[in-house]
Amino acid sequence: MVELMGSWRLGNALPPATEIDRQLKSDGRLRRVAFDSTQLGAWDTSLLAFVVRIIRSGSARGIEIDSSGLPEGVQHLLRLVESKPSRSTSEAVSRWRAMLHNLGTATLSFFEAGLSLFDFVGLTVLAFLKLLTGRARMRFSDLMFQVQACGVQALGILSLISFLVGTILAFMGAVQLRQFGASIYIADLVGIGIARDMGAMMTAIIMAGRTGAAYAAELGSMKVSEEIDALSTMGISPIEFLVLPRLIALVMMMPLLCLYADFLGMLGGSAVAATVLNISFVSYFGRTAAAVSLVSFLGGLFKATIYGVLVAVAGCWRGFEAQAGSSAVGEAATAAVVDSIVWVVTACGLFAVIFNVMHL
Amino acid sequence: MPMQQTTEQLDSSAPHIEVRDLTMAYGDRVVLTDINFSVRRGEIFIIMGGSGCGKSTLLRHMVGLIRPAKGEILYNGVSFTDSDPRTRDAIVRRFGILYQGGALWSSMTLAENVGLPLAEFTLLRPDEIREIVSLKLAMVGLKGFEDFYPSELSGGMRKRGGLARAIALDPEILFFDEPTSGLDPLSARLFDDLILELRASLGATVVVVSHELASIFAIGDDSLFLDAGSRTAIAQGNPRELLEKCEDPRVRRFLTRGKETAREAKSV
Ligand SMILES: Nc1ncnc2c1ncn2[C@@H]1O[C@H](COP(=O)(O)OP(=O)(O)OP(=O)(O)O)[C@@H](O)[C@H]1O
Ligand SMILES: [Mg+2]
Repeated sequence: MVELMGSWRLGNALPPATEIDRQLKSDGRLRRVAFDSTQLGAWDTSLLAFVVRIIRSGSARGIEIDSSGLPEGVQHLLRLVESKPSRSTSEAVSRWRAMLHNLGTATLSFFEAGLSLFDFVGLTVLAFLKLLTGRARMRFSDLMFQVQACGVQALGILSLISFLVGTILAFMGAVQLRQFGASIYIADLVGIGIARDMGAMMTAIIMAGRTGAAYAAELGSMKVSEEIDALSTMGISPIEFLVLPRLIALVMMMPLLCLYADFLGMLGGSAVAATVLNISFVSYFGRTAAAVSLVSFLGGLFKATIYGVLVAVAGCWRGFEAQAGSSAVGEAATAAVVDSIVWVVTACGLFAVIFNVMHL
Repeated sequence: MPMQQTTEQLDSSAPHIEVRDLTMAYGDRVVLTDINFSVRRGEIFIIMGGSGCGKSTLLRHMVGLIRPAKGEILYNGVSFTDSDPRTRDAIVRRFGILYQGGALWSSMTLAENVGLPLAEFTLLRPDEIREIVSLKLAMVGLKGFEDFYPSELSGGMRKRGGLARAIALDPEILFFDEPTSGLDPLSARLFDDLILELRASLGATVVVVSHELASIFAIGDDSLFLDAGSRTAIAQGNPRELLEKCEDPRVRRFLTRGKETAREAKSV
């Protein structure tokens, strides 16, 4: 007999069911549990939760639970809760099994993601080929809109970041170089670093956070609200209509943005050189021009273009992958940024190896 | 505007839509099996059933958004499921689909939404397109909202906007996913009337997913009742006749709002 007393409210702490549990366990002869609620005051779901716990642990030990002593309302709710399982798959699984299961699911979903990325890239390439033969449905106005969104409007943040990164590089170098009296080589250090790698990398990372995330969020919310379905059931390929303008706009803009970032980064370097090392703008840029070869400069722009492809693909793919629900949009944007940064940094490493092997 | 009432289409007696032995699944999870039905030309066909029984899933299969796990769907006797991309495109282009939330493209104004299919699939000039767009918007009672973005419209207006877009190309088959859910009773009634009028004027076949009884009885010529428990269709026929004649307690419970078999249900 369980006697229920006083008031049961969600705000108060639940009485530990472990006590009851212990009693159920300890007394092997226990066959039946009943409730007495004559002293019971106000109650809400907390009582229901308590009773359900008793029922569960009782029935696991083959103890009969007599709920007739409970208030009418609780019995009613119990019937609602118990009546029919909405889904029949909620078996208890051991922790070990669950871990294996999770591992399996994670592996599968990893391969599934790879497959869907492969699919997406393939479709995009096909759409691009269709565009080249003039058969793709892409609106020029969409392209122009995207060019503006990922080009001109990104200049502000890009200026700030690349100038600052230029100054940071220069400061780091200035301290070392001054010790050897080789101050003028600051221009080599900053110039080559920016032109070969840092310019492209900074641009890519800024565009990943700005444009890649925007692509994923836009396309993700279009997916969630069935706008993408509405396109494809109209016979308009969403890849041609939505992905191509975004991809092309970003790929077109990346080298230009990178060029701009290179210039501002060097400007940042020269500002440090002028104030800390007393090197004039003219001699700084003269030295830079001598140090940075055309190949490393063009190489940087080429890398930026490739990074543009990576960022755009990550953004659009993650947007298309979004499942239903409004949280999906945020998840898509996050995943897009993470993917693009990982891909860009990996690509940067690969480029370093390749360029090294080719002696560029 | 061209209306699809050419003789060759009217006298063909083959069913307009035919679904054969369809099994639908998301991955390993089977949603519905053994679905068989056909829809005659010009009729309003209702797909009904409780929440989560797979009505939207069936609709998504019919419009080609998901490939069937088994079985096939035919339009005018031509297989849609196994057709080559060109045939498929041609079939899809005869569809007009209204999604549950309207699914208007949020980056475009209402006029651009309705005008896009016209711009993409016809040779009309921009001023002619504008003309047709305002005609279509007037048909659904949205005249004067041409330059509004979807975010500036109410839920019901978005649905009507979606309808205007769905009928932009004078489709042969209209698909509606719960057209009247979320509307107040009066607007729902008006929407039903609108569907009937469009059917009459366009001569289109209409497939409606619905669980609004009032609307099911008001517009349905034929219907299919899906059941989540047995994962298949358990009744087919005119909804009013089903209400009178159908013996199946699950169907009766649904069509009478649970009144008739409420007692039985409780005792189970
Ligand atoms: N994308 C999906 N992935 C996996 N399962 C899904 C997906 N979409 C729907 N389902 C499952 O398929 C079943 C049918 O869903 P569906 O959306 O077709 O129901 P419905 O009849 O339209 O319901 P409602 O009337 O509530 O809209 C549900 O059990 C649902 O869990
Ligand atoms: Mg649905």
